Amino acid sequence: MAVLSEEQSMLRDAAKAWTQEKSPVRALRGLRDSRSDHGYDTEAWNEMAQMGWAGVIVPEAYGGSEFGFLSMGLILEELGRTLTASPLLASGLAAASALTLGGSEAQKAEWLPKIADGSTIATLAIDDGPHHAPERTALAATASGDGYRLNGRKTFVLEGMAADLLVVSARGPKGIGLFLVRADAAGVNRTRLQLADSRGAANVTFEETPAQALAGGAGLLDQVLDRARAGVAAEMLGSASQAFETTLDYLKVRVQFGQPIGAFQALQHRAAKMFTDLELSRSAVEAALAALDVDSPEAPELVSLAKAKMGDTFHLVSNEMVQMHGGIGMTDAHEAGFYLKRARAAEAAFGNQAYHRDRYARLQGY
Amino acid sequence: MADLGGADGPAFRVQVRDWLKANYPPELRDPARTDPEAVWGGRAFVGSDDPQSVWMRRAAERGFTAPAWPRDYGGGGLSPAQTRIVEQEIAAGGYRTPLASFGVWMLGPVLLEYATEDQRREHLPKIVRGEIRWCQGYSEPGAGSDLAALATRCEDMGDHWLINGQKIWTSYADKADWCFCLVRTDTAKKHEGVSFVLIDMTSPGVETRPIRLISGDSPFCETFFTDVKIPKGNLVGKVNAGWEIAKRLLQYERQNISGGFGGGGGAGGIAGDLGKIAADYVGLDETGRLADADLRSRITRNKMDFRALQQTIARVAAESRASNGPNAATSIIKYAAAAMAQERSELMVEAMGAQGLGWAGDEYSPLERQAVRGWLRSKGNSIEGGTSEVNLNVIAKRVLGLPDPK
Repeated sequence: MAVLSEEQSMLRDAAKAWTQEKSPVRALRGLRDSRSDHGYDTEAWNEMAQMGWAGVIVPEAYGGSEFGFLSMGLILEELGRTLTASPLLASGLAAASALTLGGSEAQKAEWLPKIADGSTIATLAIDDGPHHAPERTALAATASGDGYRLNGRKTFVLEGMAADLLVVSARGPKGIGLFLVRADAAGVNRTRLQLADSRGAANVTFEETPAQALAGGAGLLDQVLDRARAGVAAEMLGSASQAFETTLDYLKVRVQFGQPIGAFQALQHRAAKMFTDLELSRSAVEAALAALDVDSPEAPELVSLAKAKMGDTFHLVSNEMVQMHGGIGMTDAHEAGFYLKRARAAEAAFGNQAYHRDRYARLQGY
Repeated sequence: MADLGGADGPAFRVQVRDWLKANYPPELRDPARTDPEAVWGGRAFVGSDDPQSVWMRRAAERGFTAPAWPRDYGGGGLSPAQTRIVEQEIAAGGYRTPLASFGVWMLGPVLLEYATEDQRREHLPKIVRGEIRWCQGYSEPGAGSDLAALATRCEDMGDHWLINGQKIWTSYADKADWCFCLVRTDTAKKHEGVSFVLIDMTSPGVETRPIRLISGDSPFCETFFTDVKIPKGNLVGKVNAGWEIAKRLLQYERQNISGGFGGGGGAGGIAGDLGKIAADYVGLDETGRLADADLRSRITRNKMDFRALQQTIARVAAESRASNGPNAATSIIKYAAAAMAQERSELMVEAMGAQGLGWAGDEYSPLERQAVRGWLRSKGNSIEGGTSEVNLNVIAKRVLGLPDPK
């Protein structure tokens, strides 16, 4: 755990207390079983918004608290521990970053205060196909009057059904850029995805849909994606840590051959290796968030490092969680399956390990 | 000596920087003009005018060879923050370390904690001044990971101790002046029969033999003790209470080994960016990527792992300063660093292709020969200073609280 300021410690403690009490893993199970439209609990979201979480990275001038990315990461980590479904990452982190970095004065004034108080849900729409390849988007933006028209499709749009505002990557006359689209605009068609991890997401098509451009082009897209990636990594850090701790507890209580299975060296060494990977991953995630807070030129490398390392670790820990729980870990009644399913969805979000290793190598010139 | 107490801010840093600039012998900028062995000090170099010895003496006078030790014993008497500044400035200026020393890294800290005042006054100042070079008599042919199985006998002969037995993996025993050594003073007990003694290597009956490794010549030796007499005052702590001292010293040793790994090496590791070296040997494709996609992916994993390790070392240091408490993440560093360093050495020779198979001769560059020797030497990273298997046991039991088997 990074060295925290007093405000950050309080924020983390509040997030821990709230998620443990109000949003345990069975809340996600309930959402899944009730086939919720949005994929998250709107009442829970209102409580989160009242605590100011949606405005943590929003500038004070637009109603936020400007606490920064490491602070946002602390909240996401706690949400990740209990697999809490919420639009915090898509709206309060990713879309809020897009507007803060690329919005005009008018765009910021219109949207940021509503994002910061949670009354508007915004999200990113980036991937055209099943693999994250933002530099190859084919969705077309053509100039029209003082704005643009979008034509094409996006998939795997987080909180896509709940969103009021979409921040869409598209190929325009001046190359790739980000565009603002109201979810109720003409030509927007959304299809709810039923994902294995039970979270809310949608496929979205655009047909002559009116849009406004954000300033900054491909550079802005990269910056915004890095903020989203670091946020997902922070959430994954919480989920993987909890998956590990739950498994470790089980190793101490499950008795076979007359002793706790955690006494067997074959399992002890695997547990110690998971702990090693978790500590390394924690360092990488915290370093990435801290780099974003100071706008370090190394941020892109550090974010790709964090997303790739955290992805490998969560992948391993979620697999081991099922294996070490044995038969009970295969049952839907146990939590292990929820962590396993979430792991794969989070790994894929905004670029999986292969994507980020390739990006890291490209950034280093080989 | 100027007063070094008090300030640990920018003023102190400037003071240190100026001193280093003024006192670093210019000859040391040219490594060819000095004996690399001199950096370890010892009787062979005391009083010599080798530039490294001059540098060591000047640094010792200033308290920079053991910055954190009390001034009463010749140390710098510096706070942890000041010590860090000295270390940072030495590294940042590209200065050679004034003194590499098992005495400073391992023995001194436990003498400060366990030795008598007479023992401290006898040994610590000579360590600080680099006058006595120490070696570590721990492992034996029958006591590796199970170190407490050691059998070297130490018998009470009334007015002296009598030592008989064999040590192995004694680094630089053939060059050391003294040895800190674990011996058996009670054969009926295991851990409670171990004592910690100090042996002058010039004593009659001490013999050393260098060990050749799979990577070639090595600093390791076998050390034989045959009817070696040592004074009664050379036992540290109480008789049969040496195991606690032994373990404490190992903590300092592991910290030190791990610190070395942070830079990307580990024993046997060679410097240089793996990505760039691979690009030189393998070439880039039309998209600017390393032409061997499989190798590229594995190199990137290793580079990422090393960076996460460096981030972890920095995080542990920051957290320890903030909390002053033990830190669970410390326990993973030796294990993780060994695995990464070995993987890096493997990737280095793979990237060099057939040029990464040369043992000797002018058909291979110094870097290539070094890569091959380094790859072989790195196999020891997961064995020395506690095997990786023992490291994992320690994490599982002490950090994760997993039970012992029935």
